[in-house]
Parts: sequence; structure tokens; C-alpha cells
Amino acid sequence: MFYREVGQFKTSYDADEAIFPIAQDRWSVIVLIAFASLGVPLFAGQYLYTEVLIPVLILSIAAIGLNILTGYCGQLSLGSGGFMAVGAYAAYNLALRLPETNIILVFLFAGVMAMLVGLLFGLPSLRIKGFYLAVATLASQFFLEWAFARVKWFTNYAPSGSVAVGRIELFGIPIDTPGKTYIFVLAITVVLTLAAKNLVRGRIGRMWMAIRDMDIAAEIIGIRPLHAKLSAFAVSSFYIGVAGALWAFLRLGSWEPLAFDVNRSFQVLFMIIIGGLGTLLGSFLGAAFIVLVPIFLNQLPSWLGIAMSTAMISHIEFMLFGAMIVLFLIAEPHGLARLWAIGKEKLRLWPFPY
Amino acid sequence: MLGPVLETLIGGLMTGVLYSLVALGFVLIFKASGVFNFAQGAMVLFAALSLARLSEFMPLVLAFAFSVLIMIALAYAIEFLVLRHLVNQEGIILFMATLGIAYFLEGFGQTLWGSDIYKIGLGLPTNPIFILESVFPGGLLIDPVELIAAIICAVMVLVLAVFFQVTRVGRALRAVADDHQAAQSVGIPLNQIWLMVWAVSGLVALVAGMMWGAKLGVQFSLSLIALKALPVLILGGLTSIPGAIVGGLIIGAGEKLAEVLLAPVLIRTFDLAGGGIENWFAYVLALAFLLVRPQGLFGERIIERV
Amino acid sequence: MRAPSEHEIAAGNVLLAVEDVSLAFGGVKAVAGVSFDIRKGEIRAIIGPNGAGKTSLLNIINGFYQPQHGRITFKGRPRAAMRPYDAALGGIARTFQNVALFKGMTALDNIMAGRTLKMRRGLFWQLLRIGPALAEEIEQRRRVEEIIDFLKIQHIRKIQVGKLPYGLQKRVELGRALAMEPDLLLLDEPMAGMNLEEKEDMSRFILDVNAHYGTTIALIEHDMGVVMDLSDRVLVLDHGVKIADGTPAEVQADQAVIDAYLGLSH
Repeated sequence: MFYREVGQFKTSYDADEAIFPIAQDRWSVIVLIAFASLGVPLFAGQYLYTEVLIPVLILSIAAIGLNILTGYCGQLSLGSGGFMAVGAYAAYNLALRLPETNIILVFLFAGVMAMLVGLLFGLPSLRIKGFYLAVATLASQFFLEWAFARVKWFTNYAPSGSVAVGRIELFGIPIDTPGKTYIFVLAITVVLTLAAKNLVRGRIGRMWMAIRDMDIAAEIIGIRPLHAKLSAFAVSSFYIGVAGALWAFLRLGSWEPLAFDVNRSFQVLFMIIIGGLGTLLGSFLGAAFIVLVPIFLNQLPSWLGIAMSTAMISHIEFMLFGAMIVLFLIAEPHGLARLWAIGKEKLRLWPFPY
Repeated sequence: MLGPVLETLIGGLMTGVLYSLVALGFVLIFKASGVFNFAQGAMVLFAALSLARLSEFMPLVLAFAFSVLIMIALAYAIEFLVLRHLVNQEGIILFMATLGIAYFLEGFGQTLWGSDIYKIGLGLPTNPIFILESVFPGGLLIDPVELIAAIICAVMVLVLAVFFQVTRVGRALRAVADDHQAAQSVGIPLNQIWLMVWAVSGLVALVAGMMWGAKLGVQFSLSLIALKALPVLILGGLTSIPGAIVGGLIIGAGEKLAEVLLAPVLIRTFDLAGGGIENWFAYVLALAFLLVRPQGLFGERIIERV
Repeated sequence: MRAPSEHEIAAGNVLLAVEDVSLAFGGVKAVAGVSFDIRKGEIRAIIGPNGAGKTSLLNIINGFYQPQHGRITFKGRPRAAMRPYDAALGGIARTFQNVALFKGMTALDNIMAGRTLKMRRGLFWQLLRIGPALAEEIEQRRRVEEIIDFLKIQHIRKIQVGKLPYGLQKRVELGRALAMEPDLLLLDEPMAGMNLEEKEDMSRFILDVNAHYGTTIALIEHDMGVVMDLSDRVLVLDHGVKIADGTPAEVQADQAVIDAYLGLSH
């Protein structure tokens, strides 16, 4: 009844091209961002920040990155972990070797380096497709994992192979509390999400989707597969690289290459399958789901009052994720985001069933 | 110098045979259903766990028989719960579904059977065999488990090749692989075929799991062997049984030789903290090959139509 | 508009000339030594029984297949081996027998995608979506809306094309091809599977496109009534060989054509 577009007439294509053509949507997003930046700090504690909000936001950025490549452009990648690692180690080395660099620049550099590596490993996509490409991206994953474990320069000759970051500050303000970290990550997430939204609804986004839906027809209307696929690899890797650097700097603090192993790649892939392929909203929902389920599972035994070993919990986690993936692929290939859209459609018609 | 290199080569070829065995399961399923089964590694782990735990309180032969039944039941469950609902879906969706199956099986297997390291005693001689002692000082070392694995693998390949080429079921399998809908319309029961091929792959996984388990012990890392089998597939072609064998041998020998010959050079040149290049060498080899010949060594050429 | 060259005038204002073109898949000859031309501004029909090589011929013209033998001259320039992308760049658009739309995209996005070659703004402006990028997007949207109005598909603008009925999908596909503002439009069975009313609509669109935009059209069609009404000239193929070429009336009276359609000569 209250969620209607009736009476909102668009008088220009400009208005119809807005991100959220329905006024209620526009307002609810603004309210959500305002709440996330102003409301949440009023009540959030350290646990909520460090275990839920910060991980969800950072992984959302990675999921948006993979969604651009897999969900929008149709190129399956199992190498997200490797590209996150590129971002993390690029940021580490820049911060280490040029300590005066602004932290924003450090993260930008992380994205750009991941983008370059992504372009390089994206080149085979011009000749190979589908599963073959998936295996090729696994090649990049294993190679990168190995490179950061073995090439001593990357880890500044740390004997253990583990590296740590020092003080992080932005324009002289130290980012040292979970609250400040959260706001910083939130700001980056909002900016990157807006940029991604702009890309996917413009010419470049249409190129990606055209390649995904039917690459032969795309070429026939004048879309160069080379251009479309490589731009998807570049943008996707940029996002994943930034996410990797944020994860390393603001979530882990110190890490070794294992933090970005092939399981990280699968984790990000699961986020977009569960959240919804080809939707930005799905990237957030999927990230939230993947972060919250283990937390929930860990709490469950104590709520139920039964003892359960951590190994058992992790096995159940595996089973649950596996089952969820299959379930979503069968029942709702467009994931949680699609469920959300269906709910919204119902709301638009409410109180009438049709 | 020649002696150690030859020894590495033989060791690599033997390991390669074991890769082939895992890759074989992939090829069977891909050939018959067009599904790129990422869960093959998890099936190897699951089968090996079943065999190892069952053999703790019954004779190995009996445990093997029970494990066969378990793998058939598993095939049935996968067909009934997953594949049936995804007929005519895009390949990439099916691939992701098998990723889900892999995760589920890894969790389920360890919940059911435990997550320690278990042994499979095949009653094989564990002492290494030395051959060609007259040619090389000290001879060449061969692991009997690997030797037997190679023999078993060869036998399985023969049986499967005959099965595919000669029997009625084999022909039906090939028809299904070519076109789901067309096969259905001439009266080939798709579900039964899929069930059968997943069951056969389950058996291949069981044999692979038994041999790997005997070699390394049964543990979670067995499922990672699937990741080693992927470059084998790429090299050999997704649809070719001989390809899986040759690919396995090339990858097995290639990565061991690379570790011995190439890794020291890399370590010196780039000042590395150790080699360990076998983790990616196989992939890079397969990838380089893919760029030259996208359908693999023996794969069928893909012709696109509009 | 540049003045037509001497060569063009000599050739009777030919837009595309195909000379002695052959294409074989393995041992199967899809097209064997076919020569014909398409003149500027005409509607050219290509007909023939199933397997006559009609679609293969279209695939050769827009660069999807490379002929093993023969010469193609487009806009007065002989053409070397080319990719479909080059054909698009040169002004050739087409539709497909089994609708080749981008199924996950809306009708609007499908047609907008047809404007890709007309859009210039790079990644940087795109991700900000301000200034030149937004202006460009709005300008192209205006052009696309004209096409949407022309094809009378305003009501399905924002619907995913995969969910549309077949007849409407065909229309969206035509819209996507028109969005490219092609010099030569290839239509592969634009009316296949349509009912009479839909066929009449589609015929009207084709004639309007030809009349209003002056687009040269080559179309494959099985419905003889439609072919005779629409086309200026008809090319008849059978088993990859040209068996007749002329006005609808000439072709209809041709004995070889009658034989091919009734299966007498084989």
C-alpha cells in the first residue's frame, strides 16, 4: 500500500535512468546508509564490529568484484583468493617501502596491482571458456599462493613468512579502534558499490552481460570479446585486490599466504551463488550469509546445551554450505537477491495478491 | 646424474598413474552427462574413509564390498537429490552444483567416519624394490604400492574402454553425452544412465582412494588430489579416457622432474624460500597447452554454431 | 554523403557483391560457387529448401564463416577475411533464425546494447556516470526509445527478454539490429513461427525500415506470399548452388525453382 510507484511519473530519461527509479527505494537506501554510518556506532560493540560488520563489508567488496566477472560477464573464476593476496601484499610492500604514503593511495595501489595481474591471467579467457577457464583461474590461484610464500622479497625476508602492518592513519587520524575502522571500511564500500552500480547499468555493463548471455551474438552487434572480457577481469580484480588489502590491513593485521588460499576463492564464489549471480545486492546478502552462518553455528551448541567439538562444527559448516549451494542452484539460481525482489514485488501489489 | 633423474621420472610416472585414476572418474561423468564433476576428489576421500573405517572391524574384502554399496547409494542420492533437478541446465550451473556436493561430502564424510588419519592395510610389501642394479650403482628405487596401483589402473582402463566401446550401455552413455534431449527422445532413460555412470565413477573413486590411502594414509588432504587431477584433464581432454591416462603420466612425470631440475634454478635466480613448484607447475603446463590446443590432447574439437 | 565512385555506378549501385563463393564443412558443401549482388536500398530475398545453404551464406556475409573460395565486395571495397566485429563496424547487422537475444537482459538493455558502437565514453566517465557519460547514455536512450516506439514494444521495455513470447522476442531482436543503424540488414527467417497477424506486423516493419531509413535488407524467408510481396529481387538456392535469380515474378515462373521445391530434379 505504501510501496508504490503510482503517481511518480518520470518526465525525462534522466529520471528513469536513476539508480532507484522508485522514490521509496531511493529513500530507504539513503536511510540505510545514514543508519549504518550514524546509527550503528551508537550501539555497536567491539564484537559486532570486528566479527560481523567489518568482515561483511570487506567480503562484500570482494563479492562485488567476483560478481562483475562471473555474475555479469559470465567468466567463472576460482582465483579470487590469489587476487586478494596480490592486493594484500601490494599494499604491504607500498606501506613498508614508502611509509609516508596516504592509506587511500595504498589501497588504490593494491587494486591497481591486482588489476594488472588480473589482466594477465585474464588473457587466456579469449581462447578458453567455461570449465577450462575455471581451471585456468585455479592456475593463477596456486601460482600466486606459491609466489607469496616463496619469493622472500614480497614478505620483506620475514623468516616465518608472516607479515604484519603497523599503525594505520588517514590524514593524521589514527584508525585504531573498531569503530573508526568500521566507518572507514563503510565509506570505501559505499563508494565502490556506487561505482560498480554505474558501470553495470551503462555501456560497459551491457557489454559484459551480452558476452555472458551469448558471446557470438555480442560480437555480431559490435562488441569486441577481447575488450569486454578483459575490462571485466580488470575491474573485477581491482575490487578483489582492494578487498584483499582491506582484509589484510583492517581485519587480520598480520597474515601469511594461507589467509588467501583456494578456500578463500571458494568462499567468495559461494557468496555470489547464495547471494545472487549478477546482482550487487546479492553480493552483500551473500557475504552476510557466509559470515553469519559460522557465527551462528558456533553459538548453537551452547544455546542447545549440547557439547560439540570445533571439528564437528566445522564439518557441519561444510555440509551446510554445500547443501545451501545445491539448494540455491536448484530452487533459486538468482539467490537471496531474487528472493528479496520477489518480496518487494509482493509488497508493491499489497494488499492485492496479483 | 642420469640415475637419480631416471628414478624421479619413474616415481613421477607412478604418481601420474594415480592422478590418472582420479581423472578417469571425471572423464566418465563428463562423457556421459556433460557434468564437470568437481566432487570427484571428495568422492575419493569419502570412499577411502569408508573403506578405512570399515576395514577396522572386518576383512578388507568385505569392507571393500560394503564400500561399493555405499558408493552406489551415494550415486543414487546425488542423482535423486541433485542431478534430477538440474537436467538441461547450463554446464556451469551443474559445475557449481558439484562444488556444493564436494563441500557437503567433505563435511559429511568426516562427520560420519571421523577426521583423523586412518590406514588402509593392503598387505603389500612396504619395502622398496630396487631394479636395474646392474646398470646403475645402487639400482633404481620403486615403491611397490605405486607399482600395483599402476597395474590396477591399467586393468581398469582396459575394462572401461571395452565397456564404453562394446556394450549396449556404453553406446547409450555416448549418446547421452552427445545430446541429452535427443537421447531421451529415442528412449534412453537419462536418469538410469546418470545413476550408472555416477556409480561407476564412485567405484573408480573407491579404487583411487584405496591406492592413495595405502600410499599416504586416509586423511582430509586426499580430497585435494582432485585439484591435481584437473590439469591432467585439461591436458588430456575432458572426454578422452586415453587422454586421462597420458595426461596423468605427463603431469606426474613433469612435476617431479620440474621439482628436481627447474626448482633449484628458480631458487637460485629469484632467491626463493624453497621450491614446492609442483603445486602450480602442472597447472601452468596445462594452461600453456590449452592456449595452443583448447580441446586438449585427445579431446573432441568444439564447433560453434548459431 | 560522399558521391558514389565510378566502380559503384558501373555495378549499378551495388552495396554488396558476392562472387563465386564456396564454403564446405569437411566434405559437405554448404555453399558452392554462388555469385549474386545486393543493390543499395533494395529488399533482397534468399529462398530455397531446407539445407540449401541460405543461413551459411548470411554467415559468410557477416564474417561468422570464412569462405574457402570466392570474393566479396562490400561498399565497393573487396573484403579480406573478417570477424563479425569488423562486419558490425562496417555497417552489417543481422537477426537469427533461433532468436539470439541476451536472455538475462531487459528488452531495453538488449536494444541499448545495439548502440555499443555509437558510444565512446571510457571506463572512467562510466563509473562516475556524470557529465559526458550521462549525456551520452541519455542521448542514446532517446534514440533507442524511437526504435521502441517504432516497433510498438513500449510495454515490454523493462522485461527480461527470456520471459517474452517468441513473436515479441523477434521484434526486440529486430530492434537491436536497427539500433546499429546498419547499411545492410540481414534477416534470417524473421517470421518463422509467427501467426498471420504477427507476420503482417513484421512485414510492415520491414517495409517501413526500408522506406524510412533507406536500409538495404537481405532476408531469408519460407513464406512465399511474404517473399513475393516484400522483395524487389529473389535469389534461389538449392544444395548450395544458385538455381535462379530475378524479380519475384521471374523466379516464380522458373522451371528449375518449381522442380527444386517439388523435388522433381532429384
